[in-house]
Amino acid sequence: MTSVVDPRAAAPAPDLPKRQSRVWKKLRRNPAALLGGAVVLFFVLVALLAPLLPINDPTATDWLAVRQAPSDKYLFGTDEIGRDVLSRMIWGAQASLLAGVVSVVIAVCLGVPLGVMAGYLGGWTDATISRVTEALLAAPFLILAIALAAFLGPSLTNAMIAIGLSAMPIFIRLARAQTMTVMTEDYVESARAVGLRHGALVTRYILPNIFPPILVQATLTIATAIIAEASLSFLGLGQQAPAPSWGSMLNIAKNFLEQAPWMALYPGAAIFLVVLGFNLLGDGLRDALDPRDT
Amino acid sequence: MLAFIGRRLLIAIPTIILISIFVFTLQKLLPGDPILVMAGEERDPEVIAFLREKYRLNDPVIVQYFAWIGAALQGDLGISLRTNQPVLELIAEKLPVTIQLATMALVIAMVIGIPAGVLSAYKKGTWIDWVANVVALSGLSVPNFWLGIMMILLVSVQLGWLPASGYQPFSDDPLQSIKTMLMPAFVLGTAIAATLMRHTRSAMLSVLKSDYIRTARAKGLSERIVLVKHALRNALVPIVTVTTLLFGELLAGAVLTEQIFTIPGFGKLVVDAVFNRDYAVVQGIVLCTGVAFIFMNLLADVAYRVLNPRMRDQ
Repeated sequence: MTSVVDPRAAAPAPDLPKRQSRVWKKLRRNPAALLGGAVVLFFVLVALLAPLLPINDPTATDWLAVRQAPSDKYLFGTDEIGRDVLSRMIWGAQASLLAGVVSVVIAVCLGVPLGVMAGYLGGWTDATISRVTEALLAAPFLILAIALAAFLGPSLTNAMIAIGLSAMPIFIRLARAQTMTVMTEDYVESARAVGLRHGALVTRYILPNIFPPILVQATLTIATAIIAEASLSFLGLGQQAPAPSWGSMLNIAKNFLEQAPWMALYPGAAIFLVVLGFNLLGDGLRDALDPRDT
Repeated sequence: MLAFIGRRLLIAIPTIILISIFVFTLQKLLPGDPILVMAGEERDPEVIAFLREKYRLNDPVIVQYFAWIGAALQGDLGISLRTNQPVLELIAEKLPVTIQLATMALVIAMVIGIPAGVLSAYKKGTWIDWVANVVALSGLSVPNFWLGIMMILLVSVQLGWLPASGYQPFSDDPLQSIKTMLMPAFVLGTAIAATLMRHTRSAMLSVLKSDYIRTARAKGLSERIVLVKHALRNALVPIVTVTTLLFGELLAGAVLTEQIFTIPGFGKLVVDAVFNRDYAVVQGIVLCTGVAFIFMNLLADVAYRVLNPRMRDQ
């Protein structure tokens, strides 16, 4: 029997613009989340504006200024071959933020469709996807990322792919659970009853409603991914010399702790601050999107 | 309970098979040929052919997989291409070091995280709660390899209180062993403490709202007894589960911590094996980690059932 009712009219989805405005209002009232957002924004701007800032070339060496302590000329000092630590940190911000965002984009783009498929189709599709996800989750995140980065070869791009693939199971699980919850809602039942096609049902009703928890998880996973990229670079599996990255700067710095402690202090502090920023923002988003806390 | 454990073990079998396929496939795709490394600089074709035959690398991949998994089921995870030692022996040699590190880290994390979580929940909305939350979030945000470097700088280089690196087996000199491991354990325990604090706070907040807590207070019991005997005991159920599940995080953290403090444990073995393209060792390590993780998940489920009487009847 063909449907005579316009499915869009028959199945009213929750009022998303109203919810967005409520979320924004709650977020604005949370100083910790705003602080986190400001820290993230600061680092994003620094990374984007790196080519325009009046700083030294991050790869230029000055053999007359090897391991020089912070001074007016070199605000954060110089490294073991006389490179400006501040310049390298500013350019390194690009690598870290890019790694964080791209890895999460990979994880979301692969994980969410698989999770939605598992939750929506159920049956053997769900069973297969769930078993594979469990198997992937059984290997600790960093060990899996190290093994994948080693298999792909050491580079920033490969580190991002390795981190993205390692983070993917979390999104499969989350999207699956959220889809299963949304599927029981009246508006989805009603949309199905009037014969809306699978594709339309997923894009119009399921995806917009599973988006908030995915967004929260993505924000928190960016923080984890930034640490993972720094960890891989620290082990020599991420960004390769002479291109700067906070993790690889720390890898070199650990050999000069007594002679040049500033080489380790600033890049690590930058990782800590940006990760803290994403965690504060993620926590704030989670609170703002929690329907129980009105 | 036995039926429950049996059911969970049955569910774990396909997951373990998938892990083994994944690990085997991944290692087959690793770049570089370890046989060429083993053959030495001369790369005598006869030696290469002999080694390929010895390690069954000429067989089809599917045959190699079944040979590998069949041997693994009998405890034979192969021979390290680098050290010529059996992989299981290598893992067994390094594991106690990491177990000591992880146990000390977990104790430190519990000593810091659980009381901080209880206090934070009890003083919800006060400056104590705020400070505890900020410290916990900072603990989650700090990269442990940087914290390790900074601690070496402060505690070893500046103050000279603890050694910066090295390892002393516990059986040789327990006191020196604990002293050497204290700083790495603290570094590894920081993020775990933060996670435990957040879970304890959340569990305590939910328990403190319960009717039986109100009843206990109405009976005139002291706040200490209400908090420890009634609230914490019930809040411990999810905390124990979370602690069991933190195993993976401890192992992953150990990889970096052992690198920083040059501790010859499981984590260092992983990194060395990856960099030396030691197929058999990487396979063995990831397989053992995966199986152990599944076992810890099972343990968490069992602990949850044992500690929660309502679950036992289901």
